[in-house]
Amino acid sequence: MTDLPPPSRDRRLLRRQRRSRWDVRLAPYLYVSPFFILFGIVGLFPLIYTGYLSLFDWNRAAYARGDFAGLENYRFVLTDPVFQKALVNTFSIFALSSIPQVVLAVIVAALLDTHLRGRTFWRMSVLLPFVVAPTAAVLIFGSLFADRYGLVNGLLDWIGLDPIRWHVSRFWSHFAIAGMVNWRWTGYNALIFLAAMQAVPRDLYESAALDGAGRIRQFFNVTLPLIRPTMIFVIVTSTIGGLQIFTEPRLFDDTPNREGGPDHQYMTSTLYIYVKGIEDQFYGRASAAAWILFVIIVGIALVNFALTRLATRRNVA
Amino acid sequence: MRHFRTRAAIAALATLTLAACGGGSGGDSEQKSLGDGESLTITTFGEFGYDELIDQWNTDHPDIQVKQTKVSLWDDWKNELNTNLQANSGLPDVVAVEGDFMPAIVAAPDRWVDLSQDEVDGRWLDFKSDGATTPDGKLLGYATDAGPEAICYRADLFEKAGLPTDRAEVAAQMTTWDDYFAMGEKFTSAMPGVAWYDASGSIAQAMLNQVEFPFEKADNSIDVDNPELKALYDTVAGNVDTLSTKAAQWGDDWSAGFKKDGFATIPCPGWMRSNIKDNTGDPAPDGVTWDIADVFPGGGGNWGGSYLAIPKTSEHQKEALEFITWLTAPEQQVEIFKKYGNFPSQVDALKDEDLLKATDPYFNNAPAGEIFSNRAAAIDVQPYHGPLYSDILGKFQDAINRVDQGTDPAKSWKTFLTEVKALQ
Repeated sequence: MTDLPPPSRDRRLLRRQRRSRWDVRLAPYLYVSPFFILFGIVGLFPLIYTGYLSLFDWNRAAYARGDFAGLENYRFVLTDPVFQKALVNTFSIFALSSIPQVVLAVIVAALLDTHLRGRTFWRMSVLLPFVVAPTAAVLIFGSLFADRYGLVNGLLDWIGLDPIRWHVSRFWSHFAIAGMVNWRWTGYNALIFLAAMQAVPRDLYESAALDGAGRIRQFFNVTLPLIRPTMIFVIVTSTIGGLQIFTEPRLFDDTPNREGGPDHQYMTSTLYIYVKGIEDQFYGRASAAAWILFVIIVGIALVNFALTRLATRRNVA
Repeated sequence: MRHFRTRAAIAALATLTLAACGGGSGGDSEQKSLGDGESLTITTFGEFGYDELIDQWNTDHPDIQVKQTKVSLWDDWKNELNTNLQANSGLPDVVAVEGDFMPAIVAAPDRWVDLSQDEVDGRWLDFKSDGATTPDGKLLGYATDAGPEAICYRADLFEKAGLPTDRAEVAAQMTTWDDYFAMGEKFTSAMPGVAWYDASGSIAQAMLNQVEFPFEKADNSIDVDNPELKALYDTVAGNVDTLSTKAAQWGDDWSAGFKKDGFATIPCPGWMRSNIKDNTGDPAPDGVTWDIADVFPGGGGNWGGSYLAIPKTSEHQKEALEFITWLTAPEQQVEIFKKYGNFPSQVDALKDEDLLKATDPYFNNAPAGEIFSNRAAAIDVQPYHGPLYSDILGKFQDAINRVDQGTDPAKSWKTFLTEVKALQ
């Protein structure tokens, strides 16, 4: 009996132990929780609520949710020729922007990875377009690509070519919009690639050089394989970004309704969501379109990820 | 650790509070008096001509200071307005709305303050106040200006083309749309490279304002596939290649056209004069002479003219009402007419001596007061605008713009019909 330690001390010790165990277990989650709480409010909740709204009619006049409509909104959006057109436009602008953008960014990064004079200056200047607000950029590009009194058409005219109707032709409007997107994002992606390239061990280049590999060979056989994880990241993020282009087509349009041209020749799917929701005020249809776009983007991102990973694994083996 | 728990609790609490703030409620906001440094807010679009008047009001009413926000285009403001209405928050104390949007407000009156009071009884032309009144007699908007249309023309270009330049002679030659288009053919054959009018969209708009039931029937059912609208569309579409600039109204190429001798005539409500001045440059470039003809093809027509309304979310409805009662009074509107050209919709302002005598030096000293009064008197059709008018008008403009850009008119009309269907 006398051997037993005083109970109060034991309990105190236990409580302390328990507390430290809780600390180890719980604290990490608490430390990351601000992000998840914020994400829950501004990311997850709107996502789920959009899904909920997509199942209802919207009563424009009463500014309120209408009757339950089941999948009617999805049927409307999927059979709407305007949505189909917007989807094709989205992929066309995406192909014209994301693909050249990644290729260009890698090239720019490779050039910046050499021993240039005033390296910091060059590196900062490729990032400059990214700092410019997209709205300001579109204003400048808008006057460059104006149909009648634009600078680019003036130049074409001077060379002796026919002017291009940038706001009218479906292809050329996509080209102009992709140009704005590329101008803005290429430098940003180049800097990410540059960071990855600088992490490549320099002795690999030395041994490659000893083996007789030239600059180009070194780039393809040493640099590219070693920055592949970064490639995955950039390709996935620029895919997601490329499928959500909005500001550029919205402001490129100079007709009063700004719906991606009067014939919707450069309306993107995010612009479709905006027009259905904010302009026509069918929040149910806009929500359905948003969910359809969400599913498409997740699908493409997964395919992208799988493809790039496949390529990486083959290389490692 | 304990410290941390407290913080977590605070974070959780903050989250809850944020979530609680999200849920708004309809109905009237609690009314508060304006505190120190607070001011009444008003959002207008385009040019209402309120700058000087608001300065004057602020000097006279130190306790009710007013702050104006100007949005350049109605279409942009309309989107923001709609979004804020759906969310039931974020609106200023006083909202300016385009006349075409008023039917939508009348159809959904719950969000707006009833502004009827004895003081303003009979202040406006009947069609203006009727347009803002609900079936049960609530007045939801105070009319600002009206838009009786004349034709503004470039006398210098007329002269070069060998057309008459005197405003009475010009007026005599364009009393019907056929005459107006025929004169345009004469003009464009003499002056290739210069269009006859500013945009297909503005001619469409002008003609629409003479149609009794453009898009909707009296019971608000939508009827866009009617022969009258189709005939109008065909006329405008048929003249695209010969008479129009093909520029989209309010777009960059449209504004640039004023400076670059892009066109010779423009349908001209009183408020259009400040657009013409701004886009052409004031003083006018050498050799450029604008003038106003006291005529409108096909009879009179009214284009635009806006309203001020007070949303129920305003916390200062009493002050806001006092302010707009003063701001839309005839005396104030006459001041605006003199400086900016926006033509009054107030009965007493229309009889004002100063207004009737007013001339516009920018427009070759045209007797603007007299011309626009005559134009107001010539309006004999008041088009019926249902709740969807403004939205359908947007789609109709798209249809015209498509033809401007080279789409086959029949195909564009078909797209228009599908798009209107998607609005229902």
